[in-house]
Parts: sequence; structure tokens; C-alpha cells
Amino acid sequence: MDSIAALKELLYKIADDQLIIGHRNSEWTGLGPILEEDIAFSSMAQDKIGQSEHIYNLLHQLGEADADTVAFTRNAPQFHCSQLVELPIGGYDFSLIRHFLFDFAEYLRFEALKTSAYQPLAQVAKKFFGEIKYHTMHANTWVHQLGHGNGESNGKMQESLNYAWNYALGMFEPGPAEDVLITENIFIGETALREQWLEVITPLLEKSNLVIPSQSEWAPIYGGRKGEHTEHLQPLLSEMTEVYTIDPTADW
Amino acid sequence: MTTPKYIRQELKQVKDPEIPTISIVDLGIVTGIDVSENNDVHVTLTPTFAGCPALRMMEDMVKEHLGSYEQLGTITVETSFATTWTTDLITPEGHEAIKKHGLAPPKRNCSNITMDLLEATPCPYCESSDTSMKSPFGPTLCRSLHYCNNCKQAFEGFKPVG
Repeated sequence: MDSIAALKELLYKIADDQLIIGHRNSEWTGLGPILEEDIAFSSMAQDKIGQSEHIYNLLHQLGEADADTVAFTRNAPQFHCSQLVELPIGGYDFSLIRHFLFDFAEYLRFEALKTSAYQPLAQVAKKFFGEIKYHTMHANTWVHQLGHGNGESNGKMQESLNYAWNYALGMFEPGPAEDVLITENIFIGETALREQWLEVITPLLEKSNLVIPSQSEWAPIYGGRKGEHTEHLQPLLSEMTEVYTIDPTADW
Repeated sequence: MTTPKYIRQELKQVKDPEIPTISIVDLGIVTGIDVSENNDVHVTLTPTFAGCPALRMMEDMVKEHLGSYEQLGTITVETSFATTWTTDLITPEGHEAIKKHGLAPPKRNCSNITMDLLEATPCPYCESSDTSMKSPFGPTLCRSLHYCNNCKQAFEGFKPVG
């Protein structure tokens, strides 16, 4: 695989993760347990979807279709998001745990990409990094608070962590061109990212009284990066593209 | 011939649509102004937030504003991440303008943002630092929510971005 094809693959998985988690975050708009949380998830949705658009623009510069076409006209098997981000929002415990696991990975991903040899990506990474810092702070505050709340809140968070864990490991599914990205200094690669992620989240979860499943139970759920998805993605896409499908020229 | 300095001065009349007291120049998002020999002007903007919905509106406002100057040629506006926007790019005048809108200006030199840093943000009404941060997310992407324990007022802050 040449470096442009490898780069495109990297960009697609980043943008698709952001678009889909952004859409899921937006599902809390109007439903958040308290007003501030409603606003927080809505703001993070806006950040993620905005970021995805800029990554799709980078893909457009590399010859792919424009952002709207790419975002609104593909079906599930053409998406490269991890299965973690497409799972339904569930209860607030699951949404917070997913937010924690996803955003720390994304924070570290963009930290690494700040020094990418592909300049346009390094430039947006610097910008996104500062924004995602707020997402990780939000996630950690709530995980810590509910981990220490009472037996019920801790139990719910632990149960969600257990459920989300193997999906979260699936975020680091190695692509077919990891070696190209690493040799060309475009990206550090999924294996190195996963190591960094474990190093950062392990002490934070411990401080929150939550236990990472024992290593013998780790079975990463891969497939998302190759277009294999859960039954939850297509309904999300159908909803997200409803207006576009009715009128592709709609504007406001 | 027009100069970039002149254009920068004139762009002070273009205000942030979400905080209309601050100009886009004082907000620090005008990162490049090129003027050609026949007075064509090319302005480069850098986004405050990747998902900021006002960005495209500001591009149009720059085009429209400069378009009204008869001596200028073609006006083009580009958005680029080449310069990363941080709140340290906001000018001292910008800080005053933010206060005028009732928002607490962002703290300076915030390359490492922490939750603690957002605590004790001075209240824009009574200037007390006895305040608590309620949420790092507010009604727009650039704002956080605070409460002043001194004058018992809820207020919003322009949050630091490093």
C-alpha cells in the first residue's frame, strides 16, 4: 500500500469515528440528566462533527468526494468507524464510560499526530488537541464522581466498563498499512497508541474505584475499520441522512 | 496602494457574530492579509473551534465588508489551520470587549488546561475571585459556566484554549 492510500485509510477512520460519536452525543440533546450535561454532550457533538468535517476536507484535497457527499451518501459497510462509537447511547453510565474510553484515545491520537510528517494533518491535530482536552476533563470528572458516588453508581459504571471494554480495545484495530504510516512518520501506529492509552486510563480508573477487566478476558472486537458493523450503525445513518436523502440541496 | 495594516484596521469593524462587542481582529483570528499590486485582498482566518458555526459567517462578513470599499479589487477569504488559534491571541482590547459583553475573559498562558485552572475565574460583574466553575461547556463552544459566591450571580466565561 502506498503512503497516500495509507494516509487516506487513517483519515477515514478518524473522521468516521468523530462523525458517528458526534451523532451519538447529539442524541443527548434535550434528554441530558441535568441541563449542564445536556449542554456538555451537545457541545461535544458539535466539536466532533466539526472536526470530522475538517478531516473529510483533507480527504477531499486528496481526491475523495466532498465532505457532505462522503458523510451522507455511504452505507454502513463503507464506514470505517470502530464499533464502540456506533453502539446506542444506552444509559448515562454507558455514555459516560464510552466518552471516557474514546476521548482519552482520541486525545492521545491527536497528541501523536501533532508531529505528523503530513503537515495538513499535523495542523488540524494541534487545534483539535486543545478542544479534546476539555472532553477528557469532562469525562474524567464524571467517571471519578460516579465511581465514588455510592454502591449503585459505582456498580452501574463498573458494569458499563465491563461491557464497553472489548469494544474499546477494538478502536486500536491495526490497519493494513501500519508499517507505512510508522516508517513515513505519519502516525505512531495503533499498537503504540493502545499502549499509551492503557498507561493513561489505568491509574485514572483506579482512582475512580473502577476495575479494568482482567487481561485474560480481553478480546478486542475488531471489524469496524474494515466495514463490519453492528446492527446499530445503519439505523443511525438512515436517521442522520434523512434530510439529505429527501433534498440533497437543502440549506439553512 | 492599500496596505495590510490599513486592511487590518478596517477589519476591526467586523464583529464576532456570537460576541458582537469584539472584532475579529481583536479575537486574533485574522492570521494573514495579502494585498496585490492591483489592490486585490486575500485574508486568512484561523478557526477558534473546529465546529464553530460562526466561521463561515465571518468569512462572508469579511468579504462583504471589504467588498464595500471601492478602491479594493477582488476580495478572497481563506480558512487555514496553519496558525493554531489559542486564547492568547486575543488582544488586550479584546479582553475589554469580552468583559463588556458580560463574559469573563480567558486566563493567559494556558498551554496546560486543567479543571483547577477554570476555578476562581474573576467574576465579570463584581471582580471577586470567589467563584466556582459549574461546567466547562456553555451555550457556545467558547464559553464555560460559572457562579460567583460573592455577588451570587451566575456568569459565563470565555474559556482558555491552549
